[in-house]
Amino acid sequence: MRIVVDLTRCQGYAQCVFLAPEVFELHGEEALLYNPAVPDDQLERVRQAAAACPVQAIVVGEEVTVSAR
Amino acid sequence: MPGDLRQGRIVIVGASLAGLRAAETLREEGFTGSLTVVGDEPYPPYDRPPLSKQVLLGKVAADATGLPMRRDPDAQWRLGVRATGLDPVGKRVLLADGQSLPYDRLLVATGTRARPWPDPREAALEGVFTLRTCDDAGCLAERLAAGPRRVLVIGGGFTGSEIASVCRERGLEVTVAERGAAPLVGALGGTLSKFAASVQRAHGVDLRCGVTVTALRGNGRFTGAELSDGSRVDADVCVVAMGAVRNVEWLADSGLAASSQGIACDAGCRAFDRYGIVTDDVFVAGDVARFPHPLFDYQMLSLEHWGNAVAQAEVAAHNMVSSGPLRRPHLAVPVFWSSQFGLNIKSVGVPTFSDEVVIAQGSLSDGRLVAVYGYRGRITAAVTINMAKWLEYYQGLIETAAPFPPGPGAADGRPLVAEFSVPSNVPDPKGLFHGPTVALTGHLPDYRLAVGRPAG
Repeated sequence: MRIVVDLTRCQGYAQCVFLAPEVFELHGEEALLYNPAVPDDQLERVRQAAAACPVQAIVVGEEVTVSAR
Repeated sequence: MPGDLRQGRIVIVGASLAGLRAAETLREEGFTGSLTVVGDEPYPPYDRPPLSKQVLLGKVAADATGLPMRRDPDAQWRLGVRATGLDPVGKRVLLADGQSLPYDRLLVATGTRARPWPDPREAALEGVFTLRTCDDAGCLAERLAAGPRRVLVIGGGFTGSEIASVCRERGLEVTVAERGAAPLVGALGGTLSKFAASVQRAHGVDLRCGVTVTALRGNGRFTGAELSDGSRVDADVCVVAMGAVRNVEWLADSGLAASSQGIACDAGCRAFDRYGIVTDDVFVAGDVARFPHPLFDYQMLSLEHWGNAVAQAEVAAHNMVSSGPLRRPHLAVPVFWSSQFGLNIKSVGVPTFSDEVVIAQGSLSDGRLVAVYGYRGRITAAVTINMAKWLEYYQGLIETAAPFPPGPGAADGRPLVAEFSVPSNVPDPKGLFHGPTVALTGHLPDYRLAVGRPAG
């Protein structure tokens, strides 16, 4: 599972940092750093974080897989 | 007719953020035909902003920034193969492997690449890097982890400044050489660039401004560089961060209005041909596009912004499957961000489209502030430093052409810190190492502009 945070939208409410601190962290007061490759044991927390984001900036989904042509 | 647009063959050239989001949107909008996405890198779409931050810090692996799909675009992915040409009459994209892809509608989203160091022999020295792809980031992260004695960063734009920030956080000595008067001056103008310079120096960056790098030295391995002021920097790693070059060379014989400034298109993302006549089957999105924006005197904007790539891809995809009055304009107000030295810098509007700037909230000494930019008496941009929650408010002022300077306490009831605005001192981009993040690229292309072959 992969995530991307739309940092254009992110306002640094940091709900995700509280809900999934192993995936999201604040760098300084409000710059968000995160791990785009979500470990399996963090999936539920990341889903909660995505749902709780006040500006709905977190996109959760599968990476594109390309089958051999 | 409108029904027909949901069928047929669509080819997207460019398999990064804009290409992926366009492919998803085409399916969301009911496109049922065949969809092929071509990318020159061998990887599925991945996110680039983390490369100069999490990846260089060693927190995230370089191959771990793959973008999540919002839905499966049910596309055929042709990755690791470069598009080499376009036949707009026969409606085919030519590929480096000799094959060609027929299309009914085409989306060009080929983006940019890092501007290389101009001397190829010096650029080939071991230890000299650029940063654009995940391969670049992986190699550079490995070198930084190995603990070089000093890193030289050429160019003090956003990428160069973020790299310098990472170096300091890793405890590495770093020198930044910037041709302009201060870092970020091309994007943010004079006032905030002085602030950026003081932040860099406070964090221990050896910042050299108003100098150019005249030569990279080394015998197989990079050992240092000569500067135009006669000084020399000894370093084991050099990162060339001199901005981006638009990937338009493959369109040189296509008849499209493609130049080093990008591919000109209308507000509906339809490409112009070299005569300035709009096409109806070739669309453009992302970093490679230049498009007119009514908020900025209809000047053509070239934006290297994450959010623009997404928004423009969505509009392009919508218009590729919609006809006439159902088409939408790409009118999003530009927004970008950068994180460096523990600061969250965000911008809305076009700071380079300005003649004055005022600190409207916070202060330089607090390290948190809102700078508001004006042009001929109206607000055209705002930059927040660690005050991102205010961005939306100022976006509203920009969209409504609110008068500049903003009224005292307009936002938070506090008096303005600076009573008077000062010139925004946006430099001529020609004087910078790196292009500004927003480039104003003149009015609609005429014949003379459009015949210029892209710079190599």
